[in-house]
Amino acid sequence: MTLIETRKLVKTYDVGDEGVHALDDVSVKIEQGEFVAIMGPSGSGKSTFMNIIGCLDQPTAGEYMLAGQKISGLSRDDLAAIRNRQIGFVFQGFNLLSRTSALENVELPLLYNHVPAKERKLKSTAALKMLGLEGREQHHPNQLSGGQQQRVAIARALVNKAPILMADEPTGNLDTKTSVEIMELLVQLNRDSGTTIILVTHESDIAAFSKRIIRFVDGHVVSDEEVKKS
Amino acid sequence: MISIVSTLRIALRALWINKMRSALTMLGIIIGVSAVIIMLAVGTGVSRKVSSQISSIGSNLIIIMPGSSSQGGVRMGGGSQSTLTTADADAILKECLAVSAVAPMQHGSAQVVYGNQNWSTSIQGTTPGILEVKDCGLTAGRNMNAQDVRSATKVCLLGQTVVDNLFGSIDPIGQIIRIKKIPFTVIGVLEPKGQSLGGQDQDDTIIIPLSTAQKKVFGRTIPGMVRSIMVKARSSEDLTIAERQITDLLRQRHRIGPNKEDDFTVMNLTQVLNMAEQTANTFALLLGAIASVSLLVGGIGIMNIMLVSVTERTREIGIRMAVGAKTWDIRIQFIIEALTLSMIGGIAGIIIGSSGSFILSTVFEIPSVVSLLSVLLSFSFSGLVGIFFGFYPAYKASLLNPIDALRFE
Repeated sequence: MTLIETRKLVKTYDVGDEGVHALDDVSVKIEQGEFVAIMGPSGSGKSTFMNIIGCLDQPTAGEYMLAGQKISGLSRDDLAAIRNRQIGFVFQGFNLLSRTSALENVELPLLYNHVPAKERKLKSTAALKMLGLEGREQHHPNQLSGGQQQRVAIARALVNKAPILMADEPTGNLDTKTSVEIMELLVQLNRDSGTTIILVTHESDIAAFSKRIIRFVDGHVVSDEEVKKS
Repeated sequence: MISIVSTLRIALRALWINKMRSALTMLGIIIGVSAVIIMLAVGTGVSRKVSSQISSIGSNLIIIMPGSSSQGGVRMGGGSQSTLTTADADAILKECLAVSAVAPMQHGSAQVVYGNQNWSTSIQGTTPGILEVKDCGLTAGRNMNAQDVRSATKVCLLGQTVVDNLFGSIDPIGQIIRIKKIPFTVIGVLEPKGQSLGGQDQDDTIIIPLSTAQKKVFGRTIPGMVRSIMVKARSSEDLTIAERQITDLLRQRHRIGPNKEDDFTVMNLTQVLNMAEQTANTFALLLGAIASVSLLVGGIGIMNIMLVSVTERTREIGIRMAVGAKTWDIRIQFIIEALTLSMIGGIAGIIIGSSGSFILSTVFEIPSVVSLLSVLLSFSFSGLVGIFFGFYPAYKASLLNPIDALRFE
């Protein structure tokens, strides 16, 4: 089943007199259960692409279908509901709420999905446990290592059972060993629970964990190929 | 929208993180609310004091004084002429329907003696109607009666101050006191009334029958003349009607032509005091309005801090939006935060204001009464301030683009 489909996606930023094309005529199809890496140098439009398919940003032109639903033209609140239920985000800078416990960070998507408090706690504790953070529930982000913070972020992305996980440079702030751990976690997630994973990275050894690599240069897709596993 | 309880927890945490800032922001509201409470309390206290004074002089009271006399173009002051008679008083009671009681008055001051004690006080010669006119009861003994007036008996009613000064702890009823060396039997003690608006002790007085006063104590030259007539109207609505009826009747009785000036003055004392009460109320309202301005300033302080907070927490807003917070989730979060600030400030202000007005009334003896209304009013006003000044920052936060908010450094 096609989960994500973009047709002639254009994103223009107004800088000075002329617009800068961050995305130009991007048409991509991603099936359910795929593990796609989006690569490209900085400024190539890969993050912009992820933000648009993640419903965090709106395209200037073109069409975007998520699970058969046309996304362009939806209201802010509809987009918020889609982000809440369909998409989990993992960011380079972790983007956890500071001075808020790991547990409460993980609870956030459930909170906005109107899950009752007891169930929220139960589900979040389970998600943290799954990511090996048992006993760290009450730790605040600044009391956790980078790898642990990213695990909290992944737990947050998964807690609402979102079918898609989008990771924007998830290993950018981590050392090599932790990066490998996080990537293996994502691979396992994709394999075991069939979560569609879209990973934005500029490192080829990180992209190598995926099954398919889409390369962006100057807002265009320049290559789209399967990863040959050796 | 997510539940209020969760939102409240988020708000309290956010405020707790910036304790000092939250406290200072609240300070504006605290000062505003406590000022409103104290001002309204003092206003209510003063106007209550005035109205209790109104009732102490007797409600619906009208005083008729003789008019001014003029000799060769020189007008003398009010009361310089003797034009009022006991017959006028009787006619007023009989013919003016809006009048319920009258008391013609003849008064002066005299030295009174009991045993080895003596005291100088005001002597009011009048009729039994005086007690009704002045809304005054007796704490002991009986009122004088018509017979006492008719036959000029030497009986008297004493005010509490006189009792205290002459008798101390002795029961005055039945005792003989001497007023200007004339012996009087004490038949009653008047209810204490406290100070009048002008600060006079209303209990420092002796009431004797009018005829006794005229014939024996003051020895007026013209028989039947009285210094003033006190009248009680049936109700406050009847006051102006009574005033008109009295004026018409007296003009007729005194045979005053249509273009001539009255030879008497009708004073509506209650009206004067009502005006004083109104003034006190206006004063309270004015003070309340000034205090409200400080509440407003406090509200602007809240708005200022909330705007700073929204900017500071742009990333947090971005994160919340990324995981699915809707427009109103964000708005409510910041409104609740502002509301919490203003409500806590409001409660603190009510506590400080109430204790402040308590101190005012106990230590400084400024009459002040904290009314439930003023508490509710300032509490809900501070709540409104929170919602009103919290809304714009909340609105601003909710309109952020999620991706811009997330990228905000």
